[in-house]
Amino acid sequence: MTLTATSPGPAIVADGLVKSFGDVHALQGVSFEVPTGTVLGLLGPNGAGKTTAVRILTTILRPDAGRASVAGYDVAAAPHMVRRSIGLAGQYAAVDENLTGHENLFLVGRLNHLSKANATQRAGELLDQFHLTDAANRPARTYSGGMRRRLDLAAALITHPPVLLLDEPTTGLDPASRQDLWGVIASLVSDGTTVLLTTQYLEEADRLADRIIVIDHGKIAAEGTAAELKATLGATMVALQFDDTAAAQSAVELLADLQATHPPADPFTVTLPLFGGAGTVRDVLNRLHDRGLTVGRFDLHEPTLDDVFLSLTGTLGSSLTAGSNASQKEQVSA
Amino acid sequence: MNTSLDTSNASDATTLSRPASSVAARPMLPPITDGSGIRWAIQDTLSMTWRNLTTIRRVPQLLVFGVVQPVIFVLMFRYVFGGAITVPGASYVDFLMPGIFVQTVSFGAINTAVGLAEDKNKGLLERLRSLPMSRSAVLGGRVFADTVRNVFIIVLMLLIGFAVGFRTHTNVVMVIAGIGVLVLFGLALAWLFALIGLSVTNGEAAQAAAFPIMAPLVFASNAFVDPSSMPGWLQAWARHQPVSAAADAMRACVLGGPTASKVLISVAWSLGIAAVLAPIAVRRYRRT
Repeated sequence: MTLTATSPGPAIVADGLVKSFGDVHALQGVSFEVPTGTVLGLLGPNGAGKTTAVRILTTILRPDAGRASVAGYDVAAAPHMVRRSIGLAGQYAAVDENLTGHENLFLVGRLNHLSKANATQRAGELLDQFHLTDAANRPARTYSGGMRRRLDLAAALITHPPVLLLDEPTTGLDPASRQDLWGVIASLVSDGTTVLLTTQYLEEADRLADRIIVIDHGKIAAEGTAAELKATLGATMVALQFDDTAAAQSAVELLADLQATHPPADPFTVTLPLFGGAGTVRDVLNRLHDRGLTVGRFDLHEPTLDDVFLSLTGTLGSSLTAGSNASQKEQVSA
Repeated sequence: MNTSLDTSNASDATTLSRPASSVAARPMLPPITDGSGIRWAIQDTLSMTWRNLTTIRRVPQLLVFGVVQPVIFVLMFRYVFGGAITVPGASYVDFLMPGIFVQTVSFGAINTAVGLAEDKNKGLLERLRSLPMSRSAVLGGRVFADTVRNVFIIVLMLLIGFAVGFRTHTNVVMVIAGIGVLVLFGLALAWLFALIGLSVTNGEAAQAAAFPIMAPLVFASNAFVDPSSMPGWLQAWARHQPVSAAADAMRACVLGGPTASKVLISVAWSLGIAAVLAPIAVRRYRRT
């Protein structure tokens, strides 16, 4: 790719962004850069400030303090130029239910000031590209959740924007639709589009993002590639499985000094990083034995992003709950 | 800028099918405008109007429900209560129908609030705010589409009026002028309801917020009865408020008598309401 030679600067710059809504401090000084042609994953639980960051970068919201620029344009000084340069696909598929797929794309094309001919042509191309041609002339309210997301993403691409902001693009989707959408996003990235992606799903960030920023309570908790983040936890993770949740809970308290935690949605299991090697294993097992806690299963694995996230925020459980709520909402509205 | 779009070497490693024509992504960024140019403001407003009218066409229930309520009122007041109501200087059906037109426009304006609140609720406003479109087109397109809808419904109610014995006593020009007064009144109310729609979270809330505002304006007016029969304090209200002013103007236009001053009073109300509320609504749109 010749991209880096022709567009040297970062495609997105956030510099000390601060935003509060009353007493809720959504962003408390967040800074990052996204080099042109790369994907940044903004990873965090619900309410971490991800959407606020996206809304500032898309000129929808003004920061209380700090600066941001997208595609070289300052969001405060040249919001119109920023809007020309971005595509936004939102958390709740922002398609007009009563318009057909084709009409939705045509409308967004026209509002981007494409000519009628260009808007029609682009709508047709995108419907084809996103496997929606058969549904092109059906109102979007008849679409499945996955089809709506694809239509929403297609609308964001109508002008071939160099910068794409995807706010939880797969929240609430079933696994098959999520895989499908990941394929779509991966192909955009191969086209050289710069992408900022927010997600609650570690797997999604791991799969799509070049770099990951873990954000929690409006602050950056960690930053790096997926591999770097995993490396911060040291080498190996120990997973201890117990027969009942009370024993697992006791083990978490007993081994708190070793950063023992429950993985998300699994109260029977306790995980902890193995900083001290075999000596730590012996220590752990001895302490559990002395307390009369029987380990049902003992397992060693390389750290996953789940482990990283859990040790950084300790709130993955709540974010997973929120994720399932979102999927219920999706089904209700579908 | 365009160079960053040169993706002709893009490898397509996924299952996506890509028509040959779009493999080389052509630069298609929108033209550089400041988004506030008159030409774009008009084009964007027309695009949004098209979108809103398409919605009405696609969901005709919206229109049908908008007509059912006034039709029930026509039948009720014409045939149930009408015999017991006397009004000065006209047959009751001739007095009633202009009031019904105003009622139809007034309650119909609630649609503006419901539509905007739903767009907000569905996340559509977020997307529109991220587009390089005119900042006034979302509200403008909504108000404009609702005006088209108003004209359609007024004409429909006029025909229903003729069917139940209503007759105009002036000429076509005056009737059209009367419709114009009503459309202007609807336009003014649309800004009020745009403001309400932007201030609530969904369509039901918009409906709930709008009805208590319109009910005292429509029912405590001269739309259905002569205010002389009301208690004094209520008379004062019923004679000097915008719904009554619109009904007075419409009556003068279709029934005859002194017209100019009544039309002027209603037009003044409408312009006043729009002048105060339109800027507030637009500011509210930019802020939320």
